[in-house]
Amino acid sequence: MSTLAETGGKGEVVLAARNVAKSYGNVHALKGVNFDIHRGQVTTLFGENGAGKSTLMKILSGVVQPTSGEIILDGEPIVFASSSQARDRGISIIHQELSLAPNMNVRDNIFMGREIMTATGVDFAEEERQTRLLMEELEEDIDPLTPVEDLRLGQQQIVEIARALSVNSRILIMDEPTSALSASEVEVLFKVIRDLMNRGVSIVYISHHLEEALQITNHAVVLRDGAMTAYAERKDIDLEWIVRHMVGDNFDLGSPPVGYDKGDVALSIEGLTVPDPGGAGYSVVDGMSLSVRAGEIVCIYGLMGAGRTELLETVAGRLTASAGKVVLKGRDVTGQSIAACIRDGLVLVPEDRQRDGLVQTMTVGRNLSLASLGAFTRGLFTSTSRETGLVGEAIRKVHIKTDGGDAAIGSLSGGNQQKVVIGKMLATNPDVILLDEPSRGIDIGAKAEVFKLLAERAKLGLAVIYTTSEVGECLSIAHRIIVMRRGRISAEFGPDATKEQIMAASGEAVHAH
Amino acid sequence: MSVTPAIQTKAAASGSKRKKSFIELLFEGRAFFALIAIVVVFSLMSPNYFTVNNFLIMASHVAIFGLLAIGMLLVILNGGIDLSVGSTLGLAGVVAGFLMQGVTLPQFGVILYPSVWVVVVLTCLLGGIVGAVNGVLIAYLRVPAFVATLGVLYVARGIALLMTNGLTYNNLGGRPELGNTGFDWLGFNRLAGVPIGVLVLLVFAVACHILLARTAFGRWLYSSGGNERAAELSGVPVKRVKITVYVLSGICAAVAGLVLSSQLTSAGPTAGTTYELTAIAAVVIGGAALTGGRGTVIGTMLGAFVIGFLSDGLVIIGVSAYWQTVFTGAVIVTAVLLNSIKYGRR
Repeated sequence: MSTLAETGGKGEVVLAARNVAKSYGNVHALKGVNFDIHRGQVTTLFGENGAGKSTLMKILSGVVQPTSGEIILDGEPIVFASSSQARDRGISIIHQELSLAPNMNVRDNIFMGREIMTATGVDFAEEERQTRLLMEELEEDIDPLTPVEDLRLGQQQIVEIARALSVNSRILIMDEPTSALSASEVEVLFKVIRDLMNRGVSIVYISHHLEEALQITNHAVVLRDGAMTAYAERKDIDLEWIVRHMVGDNFDLGSPPVGYDKGDVALSIEGLTVPDPGGAGYSVVDGMSLSVRAGEIVCIYGLMGAGRTELLETVAGRLTASAGKVVLKGRDVTGQSIAACIRDGLVLVPEDRQRDGLVQTMTVGRNLSLASLGAFTRGLFTSTSRETGLVGEAIRKVHIKTDGGDAAIGSLSGGNQQKVVIGKMLATNPDVILLDEPSRGIDIGAKAEVFKLLAERAKLGLAVIYTTSEVGECLSIAHRIIVMRRGRISAEFGPDATKEQIMAASGEAVHAH
Repeated sequence: MSVTPAIQTKAAASGSKRKKSFIELLFEGRAFFALIAIVVVFSLMSPNYFTVNNFLIMASHVAIFGLLAIGMLLVILNGGIDLSVGSTLGLAGVVAGFLMQGVTLPQFGVILYPSVWVVVVLTCLLGGIVGAVNGVLIAYLRVPAFVATLGVLYVARGIALLMTNGLTYNNLGGRPELGNTGFDWLGFNRLAGVPIGVLVLLVFAVACHILLARTAFGRWLYSSGGNERAAELSGVPVKRVKITVYVLSGICAAVAGLVLSSQLTSAGPTAGTTYELTAIAAVVIGGAALTGGRGTVIGTMLGAFVIGFLSDGLVIIGVSAYWQTVFTGAVIVTAVLLNSIKYGRR
């Protein structure tokens, strides 16, 4: 492994954040962060989801303005009113989701919004020449006239970098640049980064692949809950140091419920294989087998792209498997519709509650009763009194803080909205509940409540499977922890596992080289 | 200018308690108050406006648009749009006229004269089939609703023109010796002084209100219009719901076609041209959101009456037909403006 600390030598601070804080209403995304970027070196930001990494990057690149604190560029305080101002001063950001127009070619993407004009229109020949030069510099054989949609994801990333270089960026911010890349594409990217460093470009790097990031970085900064918890140079640190500072001491999210007998196998997944929904030709879930008993709580941990969401959506009947079986209480339910799965007692709480969980145009009560309309429909008509009863019971059981069933769904906090989605599914009296990232975007107190609720229901015989990308949440109520990596189970642990073991098994620590 | 304070009042009020201020009430019931304003203004301008007879005549005009608007409401609640209803109305009238003329079966050497109720059932069936074509195109073949129903608009109109060679069926009365009289009953008769067409509208409106408010289907419709993905994950058969609303819209259009051709005692292939736009306008004035998930039958009925009473009123006071178009357009834009103020706040 080659650390590149020794290539520095020109490491003076080019850009610095001083006491930068950012609040959205009552949410403090950043709480006074100090942070330096050194010339010609890589600074990596480490932190769990929601630690404030992206917010900090957006502030440095002028996308959002800090609530307080200042940004210092070349020793002088500066205020960026917009990202284009930051770009003019040589700061570019490459977002996690690429911002290329797929229908346009490489040349037009690189010069989008700042076309080279002549008296008669755009000078396409000059643009093409410059694009070729950039591609040569990056040693990437991409024709300037290729539509971006025909390029592999790794090549698209190169085009983004080329665009940043074409405006003479001195500081390049990369948000999870490798999350969608293959191992060989990561090699190419790292080579490009090293070339850029030699040219004096400063890089800010964000990645969940810790060991991969350690290969390339010179400085490590760790964020947790919006505050900087540690800073060190590469030579002084190792993986264990990063994990320790990232995770910190966790809020108590409960422990696996005990003191009752688990029942028979409620859900059994046998050799389930799911092709990529985008049609890329590989399997996002690759021959997974897993069985869960009534009353058992299983946590599935994995990185983005490990196939957790696809696994759950296939089991619940939304996606179609290409091979394998889903057996619910001894009955094959593979390929059943979502409605049939709900009727048979298998329900899914989706990952994105705004997009997939809630109907914003309906009240809290109508959202809660949506999945169990049959329970209060007699003949043709719904019964208002039965529905009111069902809604009241759901609000009580799931502890939703609301003015009542008639309140607008938008009046609830994120945590309470999540409880509505969970309550809606629990109201169908399921035997198995699948929850995809149930803690996403809710505060720590609500997280603890959600987990407590699930633990209580498990004691009554509910089989619970939940996914998470925060390792602290694995070690809470789960009886078993399954680590998923590239569509397969890479490890299985009991509740006594350590965070380091789990992260290592997910590929977060060890990159496949 | 009274709109801005209304919103601030609402924001303040909803924060503390669900107590409605006067201005807020005015805003909530804007279609209702618009209708009252229209009635008051025209009654002051013309002595002929505020009479029972005039209201009944105007109501039977509204019946046509109202029936189309009920079907359109269902489609719009689903987040779709049905541009084909005007053509379906025309086609339904023509098919009814065709059936009333007698169906010749050369193989058997007979001419069948179906009785009126058979004609009505077959015409409704036709409307349902046109709607089903829309629904399948949209739900299963993933054609955007706008495009699919635009295509069906042309096809249905073309078929109506082909069937009559561009001419109009004038003899819809039937003959007593053939036992197919009574087609004019829908358009001319009255029950307790109320035109049958208006009663049909009332029945459809009440049935649709019950469907939306008290059945599982209504809940499916509101939820799949509000967030189709969430509805599907909650077990709502979203594709079936989608097809059903287009079928119901087609049936409403066919019934409107029957009422119209009965009122006119003739069935022309160009009947109902641009009526789909009036129906959409009624739904929008009634407070429904074109993005789906919001809207009520009562609102849509008010919207239909606003448009109908406004244009008839303008005729009565002798305003030119061109000005009527301008006024109707202004009302529609104002309604959408108020809707976007209401829904855009969250």
